[in-house]
Amino acid sequence: MVASCLRLERNLRLISKKATGEGLAEAAFDEMNGGPNGSAGVRSAYEGLHRWLGEQSPEFFNTRRSQAELFFRRVGITFAVYGDNETSERLIPFDIIPRVLTKPEWSFLERGLKQRVTALNAFLADIYGPQECIKAGIVPADLIYRNPYYRLEMKDQRVPHDIYVHIAGIDVVRVGPEEFYVLEDNARTPSGVSYMLENREVMMRLFPELFAHHRVAPVENYPDALLATLRSVVPASGNRDPVVALLTPGRYNSAFYEHSFLADKLGVELVEASDLFVQDDIVYMRTTQGPTRVDVIYRRIDDEYLDPLVFRPDSVLGLPGIMGAYKAGNVTLANAVGTGISDDKAVYTYMPEIVRFFTGEDPILQNVPTWRCREPAALSHVLANLSELVVKEVNGSGGYGMLVGPHATRRELDEFSRKLKHAPDNFIAQPTLALSTCPTFVASGVAPRHVDLRPFVLSGADEIRIVPGGLTRVALKEGSLVVNSSQGGGTKDTWVLDA
Amino acid sequence: MLSRTADSLFWLSRYSERADFVARILDATVRLASLPQSYAGESNEWESALAVAGDADLFRSLYSGANEDTVRDFLAFSPANPSSIRNCIEVARENARSVRTALTVEMWDDLNCAWLEIKKYDNSISREEFSRFLDWVKKVVLALDGSAYRTMLRNDAFWFTRLGSAIERADNTARILDVKYHLLLPATERVGGSLDYFQWTTILREVSALTAYHWVYRESVKPWLVADLLILNGQMPRSFANCYEILVRHLDLIADAYGRRGASQRIASGTLAKLKGTKISEIFEGGLHEFVTDFVADNNRLGSAIAEQYLS
Repeated sequence: MVASCLRLERNLRLISKKATGEGLAEAAFDEMNGGPNGSAGVRSAYEGLHRWLGEQSPEFFNTRRSQAELFFRRVGITFAVYGDNETSERLIPFDIIPRVLTKPEWSFLERGLKQRVTALNAFLADIYGPQECIKAGIVPADLIYRNPYYRLEMKDQRVPHDIYVHIAGIDVVRVGPEEFYVLEDNARTPSGVSYMLENREVMMRLFPELFAHHRVAPVENYPDALLATLRSVVPASGNRDPVVALLTPGRYNSAFYEHSFLADKLGVELVEASDLFVQDDIVYMRTTQGPTRVDVIYRRIDDEYLDPLVFRPDSVLGLPGIMGAYKAGNVTLANAVGTGISDDKAVYTYMPEIVRFFTGEDPILQNVPTWRCREPAALSHVLANLSELVVKEVNGSGGYGMLVGPHATRRELDEFSRKLKHAPDNFIAQPTLALSTCPTFVASGVAPRHVDLRPFVLSGADEIRIVPGGLTRVALKEGSLVVNSSQGGGTKDTWVLDA
Repeated sequence: MLSRTADSLFWLSRYSERADFVARILDATVRLASLPQSYAGESNEWESALAVAGDADLFRSLYSGANEDTVRDFLAFSPANPSSIRNCIEVARENARSVRTALTVEMWDDLNCAWLEIKKYDNSISREEFSRFLDWVKKVVLALDGSAYRTMLRNDAFWFTRLGSAIERADNTARILDVKYHLLLPATERVGGSLDYFQWTTILREVSALTAYHWVYRESVKPWLVADLLILNGQMPRSFANCYEILVRHLDLIADAYGRRGASQRIASGTLAKLKGTKISEIFEGGLHEFVTDFVADNNRLGSAIAEQYLS
């Protein structure tokens, strides 16, 4: 434990030198202009884009941006923001300047992502099976057993093909030309892939000339890859030609557009729980021609709402008996029940050890150095340096319940200090990373804004599939590091250049 | 296809058809109300529009009296009236949103744009703007129907949209006849008078059949011929006979595709046979009002049978 704290502290100094809150954007690595302050000159991957940006007038960007917005609104790509009564359907702001990655950068990420997701699946099979990693002291037992996302119902329950996380969204941030970190593993029901696809669609409509001058790797095969992945994990008792359905909580869910979009592209039924019923441990959907057996369910409903007989009894979104059918091996749920534990922020801190233990390799993608506030030495360090750190609630998501030290007021800092002392187990802390910036079209013109990247990793019985790129999220407010759409973030098209 | 998907397609078609119907009723009423009293008659035409296109009890719980302002508000904009044009478009769009995958892009685009657009309107608009608004509503429904015809695959999804609009049309035509049957009494009762003439032509306008009437009958407007056109004439898109030809045809297509017939096929073909074997004079002998009341009951029975057989 002491050793790990020391190692983390050394890392912090490294990063803090670059990032001290104010002026973070100047300190950050800019993906177009190279080092801080554009000192390194335009990077080769961005040369074409840089030239093109210089040739266009501000009016050109303005008209293109409003055309993009019109496109998104007309096709109905909207999301709902919880607690926002006024506008129940909003657009995620779209930035028309793409983010560019080179082939070598992407190959590196791709190898790292495959390794990490392989380890995640092995870890889940282990903690719900023989628990070797607990016995070997890789992760503390109480972190698993006392974790609200550990599903006792899944202990010693084999899942088809031993795959738990069929669809993962791994959030990656960049701080330098060669430095990428994994910020979060989203292993429950990661969303955003529809934006990856629609952003590309709208870019190709608006800027055909840009695509003519760049060899941009396509992403449009994602639905095919997803369908192949889902069909590959059909349970042994299932149909030879598997029936796949996408289970949505319904049209009031914030990601409903994405659910219907994906079902359409996959060519599978978009079902709500009321369209399904369970008889003799088999799941059927109600169709105009009578009951049809369902073999694989891509569910976009959280564990706790899935089956009112097993989890929350007040859930109206769930399907009574689906867990029975699941445990009887008659239906595959993607993702599996109980994957929440692997995207838990406390478990995250053990990922380097988990990767080493299950793959026998050193992790290709590093974690952001992280203090586990559950450890007393780490806690006192965090309390002493709160104004320089980002503190996250272990079970929070979507940017809620998070403190960005350098941007916080005295009162917010005091409040978080109290929270930390009261329940240290609930928090982790990370240095304020100088997230890389990309040129972004904002009110004042083209300016650098911080970005992250969410690639989507598909694990099937046959192979792991990743389409090149992912969803780039951008913090549109100057200096802001929070990219979540619920907190005013936007998105960009992400280009992986083939040559 | 999921039963819920079929249900949403059926109801989105019903509601868009209803939006068109309410717009036509309002349009004809505005026209009738602009005539001098001696042509339009003593009765309150807004009261009559309300009786055809709305729920009069609900109206009376919300407003103190039926006049241009209150009926316009209730039938076109009121969120409290489930059949107001605004609600029809919202419900149709909600149904569409939950079954996006079963619609073509064009249909979704039509409905979603209409839904975005209708937010701009409320009852404060002038008479002229209101009449442009009614034209717009009719165009939206035409566009949606056109998109369905031109872009949908000819499979069960398309057939359920046809069922929804045909059953709604039949119900709408029946509503007009039910409220105005007293104007359509046979020749022996009372003929002519400019007052009745404008009432009859209003009925024809409500079903956009004024020109069609002249083409079919080649004589001046006679009440029993108006009834014949709306009930028995298979050429008339909104007649009972044509609606039931559509219903029978599409229910048969569904039964063939699914390899099974049921109560809805039986009821629909029974009603069509009855319409085909009846003359307008026989309808008047038995009582127009009774005939229409029976038809409405049969039409509702068909709706329940379709729901039970396919939509749940």
